[in-house]
Amino acid sequence: MTQTVTQKIMALNGAEAIAEAMRQINPDVVASYPITPQTIIVERFSEFVADGLVDTEFVAAESEHSALSASIGAAAAGGRSMTATSSQGFALMWEMLYIAAGMRLPIVMAVANRALSGPINIHCDHSDSMGGRDSGWIQLYSENVQEAYDNTIQAIKIGEHQNVRLPVMVCMDGFTTSHAVERIDVLDDNAVKKFVGEYHIDHPLLDVDQAVTYGPLALPEYYFEIKMQQIEAMTNAKPVIEQVSKAYGSISGRSYGLVEPYNMEKAELAIVILGSTAGTAKSLLDDLNDPRLGLLKIRTFRPFPTEEIAANLRKCKAVAVLDRAASFGSIGGPVFSEVRAALYDEPKRPQIVNYIYGLGGRDTTTDMLKTVYDDLDTVAKTGKPDPVQRFLGLRDD
Amino acid sequence: MIKKMKLRDIAGSTEHLTCGHRLCTGCAEPVIVRQVLHAAENPVVVANATGCLEVATTIYPYTAWKVPWIHSAFENTAATISGVESAYRALKRKGKIDKKINFIAFAGDGGTYDIGLQSLSGALERGHAFLYVCLDNEAYMNTGIQRSSSTPRGSWTTTTPVGEKIVGKPEYKKDITEIIAAHGIPYVAQTAPSHWMDLMTKVKKALKVEGPTFINVSSPCPRGWRSEPEESMRLSRLAVETCYWPLYEVENGVWKINLKPKKKPIEEYLAPQKRFAHLLKPQNKHIVEDLQRRVDERWETLQWKAEVSQQRSQQKQQQQTSANPTSQ
Repeated sequence: MTQTVTQKIMALNGAEAIAEAMRQINPDVVASYPITPQTIIVERFSEFVADGLVDTEFVAAESEHSALSASIGAAAAGGRSMTATSSQGFALMWEMLYIAAGMRLPIVMAVANRALSGPINIHCDHSDSMGGRDSGWIQLYSENVQEAYDNTIQAIKIGEHQNVRLPVMVCMDGFTTSHAVERIDVLDDNAVKKFVGEYHIDHPLLDVDQAVTYGPLALPEYYFEIKMQQIEAMTNAKPVIEQVSKAYGSISGRSYGLVEPYNMEKAELAIVILGSTAGTAKSLLDDLNDPRLGLLKIRTFRPFPTEEIAANLRKCKAVAVLDRAASFGSIGGPVFSEVRAALYDEPKRPQIVNYIYGLGGRDTTTDMLKTVYDDLDTVAKTGKPDPVQRFLGLRDD
Repeated sequence: MIKKMKLRDIAGSTEHLTCGHRLCTGCAEPVIVRQVLHAAENPVVVANATGCLEVATTIYPYTAWKVPWIHSAFENTAATISGVESAYRALKRKGKIDKKINFIAFAGDGGTYDIGLQSLSGALERGHAFLYVCLDNEAYMNTGIQRSSSTPRGSWTTTTPVGEKIVGKPEYKKDITEIIAAHGIPYVAQTAPSHWMDLMTKVKKALKVEGPTFINVSSPCPRGWRSEPEESMRLSRLAVETCYWPLYEVENGVWKINLKPKKKPIEEYLAPQKRFAHLLKPQNKHIVEDLQRRVDERWETLQWKAEVSQQRSQQKQQQQTSANPTSQ
């Protein structure tokens, strides 16, 4: 892919990279509340505000619930609005997640994924954002710092698209990505400004001459149709995410689809994963250099890329879906359930198993992933997926 | 200075909350809202907490509001309007908006005294320029009359029933007006719709302030107070005349009582409301006495605060004048 704008090489951690993207986006309002491991985002952004590098009104809210409420007010008013959170803060926002989506406000929120209490734990898993998967937000998962930066800029464009108008979460793994310094390419400020364009909504609250009512009571006669419009908007988002990715690729040289296949051309045994552990899997695959083994990384979890996943996995003999969130009492983790459902209509389905991994920041190494491929080999040979749900990296003492 | 209003001018000004809404007969909320909006001189944007006012005025696809209006949830009206106001400041700075706009939040006592207190406190502390109006009907009326921290001691509600052992709400009403005043914001007031001139003057004062302001309004509720719909304004007046609901304001730290009535006994306020019917029985006389004692104490404290803060303010002014005699 050709790169058309100059880029600066920077050493940033994921949180700083997102803050840098936010500086370049220069939103009208950022309302946020600190929480580990997201805090660096609000700290860096506060510095940009204090130094006059952005035109943003920074609302240092007294809770995440209020942070998202203020973001909703700002977006409805006619301002581009962004926020960031993690874990318990995400949980406290829960009520407002649905309202932001139901009001069709294209707020962009960075999520530094972190485990949920109890017991309290500050390290990475995907329990927070996975729990919000049905809230009506688009969800992009980032593998590394570069993707966290790139996804933040693209999220603005995706959410604000006329056919979409939905809030977008940009997820990155807490600490693993949020606090890891990596070498990334940063676009020129003007290129970002041009790429995201001006924020526009058709009926802003601040247009006092054309008074509108935001957030009315919708009874059984209308509620369903309003939800139907949200369902359609999410369907519309799929091609928009790809278009935006292509347009972003034309200026940056980096383009991401809904999913990223890695070594999948001839793969018989595949791992499906999202977030930073995809990078660990890539490293393992590079070392093993075995065309039978592949990886499918999911970048867009909402809208769920059903066809793309089926198309990538249909020729495999055995597939392992790795979930960094438990769904207590369910058949498997949230990613597993949906990937498995995506394969249901295939005439010849691969054997499929689920691994719950990395809860509360438990490290997942290449050696552990190697055992998954070894297990898949057995599953493929025996044709038996039992047990369907497995656990990777549990202590045995 | 606030220009004195004339009824004729108000009658001729535009209605911003239209008829056709579904609030109950005798509900004071639309009366208060109309008084507030008639007093506003600039265009306004309204945020509304979940509650009677919200559900009864915006039943999709209809709306009774002729001003921009937003409702997002119950406990976050102050946070929501703080976001709207922040966007306004950002867009104004960028030259995308030039109009002067006032921001007004409406919430009930549930959304103010209880579930929304945190977000209100946060927004006040952050200094957003908005007026927060609490429509205090002293219980969760929208869900069917459950106690709030604003419900007065002794009152019947569906969660403080009049039982064999416990007679109505055992606890006192929370003094939210003083809690808000403790934030040290530029303007805090308490008023009642029966005293419309007082109410509208206070709204005008509040909207002139470049910062957070708060007005607590007593809002009679015939359904919850078990009173006759035509009695609402008389009850509002009785709340003031018994000194149960003093009309006062706190302007830049100076307390001022706007009306010093010839104090009527609390029974006159309690008697027309069946939520207090049990209190008038001889065995519950002590609760009424306790309520009277409480009213008296708070009225005395309020007068003391007014006296002390006004004296202090005058002393400060004199000191400044003598320090800078030429700056007159």
